[in-house]
Amino acid sequence: MAEPILSVRGLETFFRPDEGIVRAVDGASFDLHPGQTLGIVGESGCGKSVTARSILRIVDRPGRVESGEILLRRADGQVVDIAKLDAKSALLRDIRGGEVGYVFQEPMSSLSAYHTIGNQLMEAIRLHRDVSKADARARAIELLRMVGIPRPEQRVDSYSFELSGGLRQRVMIALALAAEPRVLIADEPTTALDVTTQAQILDLIRRIQRERNLAVILITHDMGVIAEMADTVAVMYLGKVVETGPVDTIFHAPRHPYTQALLRSIPSVLATPLSRLATIAGSIPHPYARPPGCPFHPRCESFIAGTCDAGAPPVTGLAADHEVRCFLYDDAGTRRA
Amino acid sequence: MSAQPPVLAVENLKKHFPIRRGVLRRIVGHVKAVDDVSFAIARGETLSLVGESGCGKTTTSRCILRAVTPTSGAIRFRSGEGRDVDVAALPRSELRPVRRQMQMIFQDPYSSLNPRMTIADIIGEPLLVNGIGNLAERRQRVAELLDVVQLPRAYLNRFPHAFSGGQRQRIGIARALALNPQLIVADEPVSALDVSVQAQIINLLLELQERLGLSYLFVAHDLSVVKHVSHRVAVMYVGRIVEVAPTATFFRNPRHPYTEALLSAVPVPDPRRRAQRIVLEGEVADPSNPPPGCAFHPRCRYADERCERVTPTLQPAAGGSLVACHRAAELNLVGVAAA
Ligand SMILES: Nc1ncnc2c1ncn2[C@@H]1O[C@H](COP(=O)(O)OP(=O)(O)OP(=O)(O)O)[C@@H](O)[C@H]1O
Ligand SMILES: Nc1ncnc2c1ncn2[C@@H]1O[C@H](COP(=O)(O)OP(=O)(O)OP(=O)(O)O)[C@@H](O)[C@H]1O
Ligand code: SF4
Ligand code: SF4
Ligand SMILES: [Mg+2]
Ligand SMILES: [Mg+2]
Repeated sequence: MAEPILSVRGLETFFRPDEGIVRAVDGASFDLHPGQTLGIVGESGCGKSVTARSILRIVDRPGRVESGEILLRRADGQVVDIAKLDAKSALLRDIRGGEVGYVFQEPMSSLSAYHTIGNQLMEAIRLHRDVSKADARARAIELLRMVGIPRPEQRVDSYSFELSGGLRQRVMIALALAAEPRVLIADEPTTALDVTTQAQILDLIRRIQRERNLAVILITHDMGVIAEMADTVAVMYLGKVVETGPVDTIFHAPRHPYTQALLRSIPSVLATPLSRLATIAGSIPHPYARPPGCPFHPRCESFIAGTCDAGAPPVTGLAADHEVRCFLYDDAGTRRA
Repeated sequence: MSAQPPVLAVENLKKHFPIRRGVLRRIVGHVKAVDDVSFAIARGETLSLVGESGCGKTTTSRCILRAVTPTSGAIRFRSGEGRDVDVAALPRSELRPVRRQMQMIFQDPYSSLNPRMTIADIIGEPLLVNGIGNLAERRQRVAELLDVVQLPRAYLNRFPHAFSGGQRQRIGIARALALNPQLIVADEPVSALDVSVQAQIINLLLELQERLGLSYLFVAHDLSVVKHVSHRVAVMYVGRIVEVAPTATFFRNPRHPYTEALLSAVPVPDPRRRAQRIVLEGEVADPSNPPPGCAFHPRCRYADERCERVTPTLQPAAGGSLVACHRAAELNLVGVAAA
């Protein structure tokens, strides 16, 4: 495969509030290719949003990217490490919202209630492009049309609270695309929406990706959305990427005990009515009480006493594009007895 | 179903909220949140209510519990002692004994528990309020309820903030069970939970139903969850039920075009089954100004001229379904089926 456009290596982002340390992202590595979708999936608090915010370098205080590389291949072929850029550098501002567009989990909090959606779009366009107001407005209308908003010439002057949840999410996507990014990060873009509206938004993302050869990072807790959208998948648990692989491998030949258990426990429209679901014992530990060793060990059915609770499992390559972080697999990638 | 009378029979239920404008707060229109809804739930049965946001699911459940007073219609409830009452017509003063037997489980386990009360007090509150037992008996009952929802008795004197979402939902379920209800109305009870915890709560609800013969009205938007918990499913669109069917039939042989579109939009957790979906154009109709005829017609790919004029009513169809669509008999709609 061609060079990745974005390559994250050993990313660690910690919060150090007074109460202790939260290893929100604790060694995440993955690659993203043009025209492809990387799905990041995991349960709440596993570090999906902090991973996205780390890539954009907008982690809230007292959080900080502590180590690792975030390598972005720019249009001219140069590779920059976003993790090393000065927080106030012009280059970082160029990348954020310019080369890397993003759609956040909370559409209401990311859209201003005081400015029309047109003004917000025009501002985003003019931040990264030297164009006249009139041209920016024309381009804003064009963007609204592209994301499927009916009567964009009129909607451009409306406020976000006048729009339905689905239309608001379309505006968010238009905003993210304003500067023609090559990478789009979408953090739970459909979580608050009805299935019907979700289907529309996922279709929209797919269409725009095809038209622009966009590289997409799609963050969700919904395995159905991942199956529908992703080319490759990173599964996270308590800050760790525990398994990465092609979407078909993750769903049909998962190797990490957490991925396996998660897939067994999801309800499906294909299930037999009134059938019991497989469960994962216990619940996700509190972020301050991360278990030692493999963080999944208190819930793991394959737990090896004295090993899994003693040290952190290494990452093992099972195939060129399939990696797992678990003691069950030896250096050669074979499963221990 | 058996010949036993249903636990709950909702008949022609309507709830219209007035829309007021201006300084004089004059009524300028009505939101027809629930508009002529009828269904019944048998003992030990789960009926799920599904549909897009704003279709009237929560308002229907609030009417049943008389958290809001219906505009019209009857809500016949058969108590454990075999007495029938119309909840919609009861004076407020006579609601308490009925409310004991219908309990609610909420979506948000975080906000529905009082942070300053211990687990023992939260679960025991309905007993205390209804003057049931002395202190020792109530303590004993609370401890048993913790066993039922599979929480350790050691948690009795802790406060809700110390618990995870799934544990809080178990506490909410224990409280709902305190008075031995006949019917549980659960409004999105698992949608705020993580997948791995969601599965535990779904199993618990199934188990409690088997053990205690509970009836559930299960309000949900996640059709995958609905497939696991329901005996029958009812779909609402803009305040009306457009289809009711036994669960297997509902998913395999949908009879209403809206059901077909809903099913086709559900993401299936299998990348080998990426399908061409029916994308519903447009938005849900405004319940204060629904389209004439069939309210779904502006979004329906099968609509004809009659659909714009005549409102279809629920009619029996093959497989035990009831469906409100003029073209139900001639259409061959696509559901979901295992590969
Ligand atoms: N501002 C903050 N201060 C302290 N800890 C934080 C902060 N933001 C996030 N965290 C912690 O970092 C961890 C990862 O959070 P993150 O928001 O990335 O989770 P997520 O996977 O996106 O979850 P969700 O599915 O709920 O959105 C959590 O334990 C969270 O409590
Ligand atoms: N107290 C109220 N006053 C006025 N309108 C109301 C009131 N409660 C609900 N509505 C309206 O009634 C309609 C049905 O709302 P309801 O909450 O029952 O929908 P729902 O199906 O539960 O939706 P969701 O899936 O978003 O929970 C909506 O249009 C809503 O705005
Ligand atoms: S390292 Fe051990 S505890 Fe962790 S997932 Fe693998 S087998 Fe389970
Ligand atoms: S009645 Fe007509 S518009 Fe309504 S669902 Fe049936 S075919 Fe579609
Ligand atoms: Mg998040
Ligand atoms: Mg509701």
